[in-house]
Amino acid sequence: MNDKMSQLYQQVLLDHNKTPRNYRELENADQESLGYNPLCGDKYKVFVNIDEQDIVTDVTFIGDGCAISKASASMMTNIAKGKHVDEIDSLYHQFHDMVRGKLDPDTDPNDLGHLKIFAGVRDLPARVKCAVLSWHTLNAAIKGKEKVSTE
Amino acid sequence: MAALSTLKAQTRSIDIATCRDDFPVFSREVHGKPLAYLDSAASSQMPEPVMRAYTDYHSRYHANVHRGVHLLSQEATEAMEAARESMRELINARSGKEVIFTSGTTDAINLVMQTYGRSQIGEGDEIIISTMEHHSNIVPWRMLCDEKKAVLKVIPISDDGVIDMEAYESMLSDRTRLVGIVHVSNTLGTINPVKEITRLAHSRDIPVLIDGAQAVSHMKVDVQDIDCDFFATSGHKMFGPTGIGILYGKEEMLSKMPPYRGGGDMIISVSFDEVLFNDLPYKFEAGTPNISGAIGMGKAAEYIQAIGYDAIRHKEQELLKYATEKLSAIDGLRIIGTAPEKSSVVSFVMDGIHPHDIGTILDLEGVAVRTGHHCTQPLMDRLGVVATTRASMAMYTRKEEIDQLTAALQKAVEIFK
Repeated sequence: MNDKMSQLYQQVLLDHNKTPRNYRELENADQESLGYNPLCGDKYKVFVNIDEQDIVTDVTFIGDGCAISKASASMMTNIAKGKHVDEIDSLYHQFHDMVRGKLDPDTDPNDLGHLKIFAGVRDLPARVKCAVLSWHTLNAAIKGKEKVSTE
Repeated sequence: MAALSTLKAQTRSIDIATCRDDFPVFSREVHGKPLAYLDSAASSQMPEPVMRAYTDYHSRYHANVHRGVHLLSQEATEAMEAARESMRELINARSGKEVIFTSGTTDAINLVMQTYGRSQIGEGDEIIISTMEHHSNIVPWRMLCDEKKAVLKVIPISDDGVIDMEAYESMLSDRTRLVGIVHVSNTLGTINPVKEITRLAHSRDIPVLIDGAQAVSHMKVDVQDIDCDFFATSGHKMFGPTGIGILYGKEEMLSKMPPYRGGGDMIISVSFDEVLFNDLPYKFEAGTPNISGAIGMGKAAEYIQAIGYDAIRHKEQELLKYATEKLSAIDGLRIIGTAPEKSSVVSFVMDGIHPHDIGTILDLEGVAVRTGHHCTQPLMDRLGVVATTRASMAMYTRKEEIDQLTAALQKAVEIFK
């Protein structure tokens, strides 16, 4: 396998694609938002519960799309749970910068942790939108927007 | 004329077996792998003679057309009209008056919508299209129907991607004002029986528009034999430049239609009170046209003729058979579109692997394919798939490229197993 391919389609990503975490509807969620990428038909709904201290106490998602978008959504829900909305906002921007090649997770300070596996997307401009779709959707859900599109 | 003699000098027989050497792009690599270009249905590659015709205009006789009395302008005008003649010959139109340069198929269909459509279609009238139309032959009609309160009717298709002719026949009514049909489906490869579709519509005096974007690079199109009223196609799908195409229209239809866009070239005289419109085909060609594009497309038409449709069809049917066999043998792969009459297009889905992941893996292996809905979302809905991967072949495609595709797909299966 060539380098770019093995860097992108790592076992972690493939595993999250096959068995996505927090993959369920959240009944009576405080907020929810629908994210759609019309170019490839990727569609995800993200649900969040936020407490009075602005902590995201629960976050789940449903929907379908490519492995990159699904694994990204799955890992995002894992990492966002229990965090303050400001922390999530910071991660959202860091993630965005990383996949657009503006932040190097190996040299620039960041809190991305496992999310680093999506760094390879920066070499594949057509796939950036797949990686960020769920983050846009979570961001919109937190801010109370019902729909978001990456086109 | 120097320009013209250059254009015509190249028109001799070209061997399909070696034509690939005329396409400079095939010498390049992609991600360190030889390029396997299987996306010709999105945009076909351009042979060197077309590039030369295109750059000749810019390097030797770049000037505006139909205006200047100086030599460069005369040469440009002659070259552009020669290109119109080459396109006329390619589709066997009666005269150059019936060949209007547009920016492409989409523009050509919009021309018919804005002129014939807006003047002849009203409330309660019906337009018939098929389930397998490209968005370019859906959206203009949807817009018109919304504006005029007309009704858009859609011919159903079978699961393998064949138009239901019985249903079509029963849909034709006294309110039908137009039938718009794709000649060759860009997603499925289905070749539609456009001659029979036209005959049935004409038995009720209903005009027929054919979206021929995917036809002219693969098969002989004879608009007189089909007897269609309109035929639209694009330069970049037939080895020519982007941003150029034609609308063929029967002279009797075109001459009755109001002009499309207003401006220079489409007029005989202008005052602030009155405008006298130009004759066909110029009535529909407002503004300075895409001159180099037209010249390039004309050259591409000559290139296709020099290879010959018999040779193209024979080779492409072999490629289609080979690709269908090779791909069918891959575990979990299902071909979408299995009509008996197909052009060299194979669309498919794979168990557990999204087309966009397939597209990326193939790209990294040097294989260019199209993934997504192929601008046919209603067709995707009908077939119950979100997206497909599409490998589309042309006269220059080699079996080795299909082997490269097959090997890359096996790799995708490995990764996702």
